[in-house]
Amino acid sequence: MSVLELANTSRWYGNVVAVNDVSMRIGPGVTGLLGPNGAGKTTLIAMMSGFLAPSAGTVTLDGDPVWANVSIYRSIGLVPEREASFGYLSGRQFVRANAELHKLSAPGAATDRALDIVEMAEPADRLISTYSKGMRQRIKLAAALVHDPSVLLLDEPFNGVDPRQRMHLMELLTRMGGEGRTVLFSSHILEEVEQIARHIEVVVSGRHAASGDFGAIRRLMTDRPNVYLVRSSDDRRLATVLMGADSVSGVQLEPRGGVQVQVTDFGAFALAIPRLAQEHRISLREVTPTDESLESVFAYLVSA
Amino acid sequence: MNATISRLALQSLFGQKRWWVLIALPLLQIGLAVLVRVLSGGETGGAFEPVLVVFGLGLVLPLVALLVTTGVLGPEIDDGSIVYLLSKPISRYVVALSKLLVAVVVTVVLGAGSLVVAGLILEPSEPGQALAVGIGAAVAGTAYCAAFVMLSAISRHGMVVGLIYVLVFEGLLASWLAGLRYLSVSAFGRRIAGSLDSALEPIAGNLPLGYAWIASLVVLAAGCYVAGRRLSRFQLRGDE
Repeated sequence: MSVLELANTSRWYGNVVAVNDVSMRIGPGVTGLLGPNGAGKTTLIAMMSGFLAPSAGTVTLDGDPVWANVSIYRSIGLVPEREASFGYLSGRQFVRANAELHKLSAPGAATDRALDIVEMAEPADRLISTYSKGMRQRIKLAAALVHDPSVLLLDEPFNGVDPRQRMHLMELLTRMGGEGRTVLFSSHILEEVEQIARHIEVVVSGRHAASGDFGAIRRLMTDRPNVYLVRSSDDRRLATVLMGADSVSGVQLEPRGGVQVQVTDFGAFALAIPRLAQEHRISLREVTPTDESLESVFAYLVSA
Repeated sequence: MNATISRLALQSLFGQKRWWVLIALPLLQIGLAVLVRVLSGGETGGAFEPVLVVFGLGLVLPLVALLVTTGVLGPEIDDGSIVYLLSKPISRYVVALSKLLVAVVVTVVLGAGSLVVAGLILEPSEPGQALAVGIGAAVAGTAYCAAFVMLSAISRHGMVVGLIYVLVFEGLLASWLAGLRYLSVSAFGRRIAGSLDSALEPIAGNLPLGYAWIASLVVLAAGCYVAGRRLSRFQLRGDE
């Protein structure tokens, strides 16, 4: 049972702040580190794995600082996003080298065990350069698992992995979390995180935007005010009518035609708009959400 | 020292397609000696210095050291895959020394080794002379590896800076400005080789012998320290 703790951790490069005053506690189970690209996820994982000194604040594993402390790697397994440029080794040689570097008493047995966990025993004697993206991801995971670490850190583990292998990796992470390991993985895809992580930390533009149970964050995301662009046969009248609906908090006539509608309750709005249009004999030509991108979801979370 | 790190470094040097580049230069050195011997019909008296000292010690040895050193330490740091070696409970200095050791051994075997072979081809009757050049080259090769480790820690373009050091600083400037020999690894090697065989005295230059040995050791120690420090401060940077 290991706990990674960040306390008021910041990291900047010159004038650019990559991580801004983040505090979080990551305990046993699967935690998803969610955020758009460039949010600082890799920087956070680098600091958690002792490969980056925090500019301010601390990063500790069970109370010990992780920066410049190689003994933490006895309990940490790291799966970086970067490809292992060890294409000239076979999968087995690569995992075994990792076992030897951990000075395990039985590196051969540990290698076989790790290869079995990721189901790579069969292609293990082929060169890594011949592997698919998913197989490389699994061999990296085997290398990180070879010393049976209590903490597993994975940077974008599902990037570029085909759906079947992704399912398999997800099952593996879920199992690792269930065994009481502290598993943290980063992703910019909400659906990936949703499937396996019970606990979620959201980072946006280097700031810690939200933290907690997935359900609570999902509700925050779906209950946020949405903006729709509606085009109709009579925009001005539609705007008047919509303003009377409970689910609408504001309307604005667009200069190039159409009505911009701010909606507080997406579900109620979806039911109300066709009914109101029919009642007032207005024909709807277009209803489009204008800010469905993940970035806007994240931006909302930051301001919340 | 860590045997696994050293083994992986050796595999990365010879396990990839660029291994032939490493042995091309030593083969060229030996080929040149054979050519000179064949063309001169055994009368190789005047060829020893240009072939072994100017070409061998002055060019082949530093280039082999440069290729090997940058190959052992450079690419893994540049592409970040060194994290696989560093995310282990092993002192970063041990990782650096284990890699540097491989660079030194490969440089001595390929660089100094090819000089000994070439020397024996040119002057089969004087094995002492070839051996003396070999020992000088082994010391210089070791110092070159350490020097190139330092240069690549200072600059992103370690390979280019190393080439400039060998070709411009040692090749051109040091031959005009005698004082620069105190900073020339090649001059250390020549001095040490010259002290071991009386026939080689003309190449030795007037550097104090003690200085040549001590300077080589200082460069080696500094290289070990810089390499270890570079790895212990290694930072994994994100995309942002």
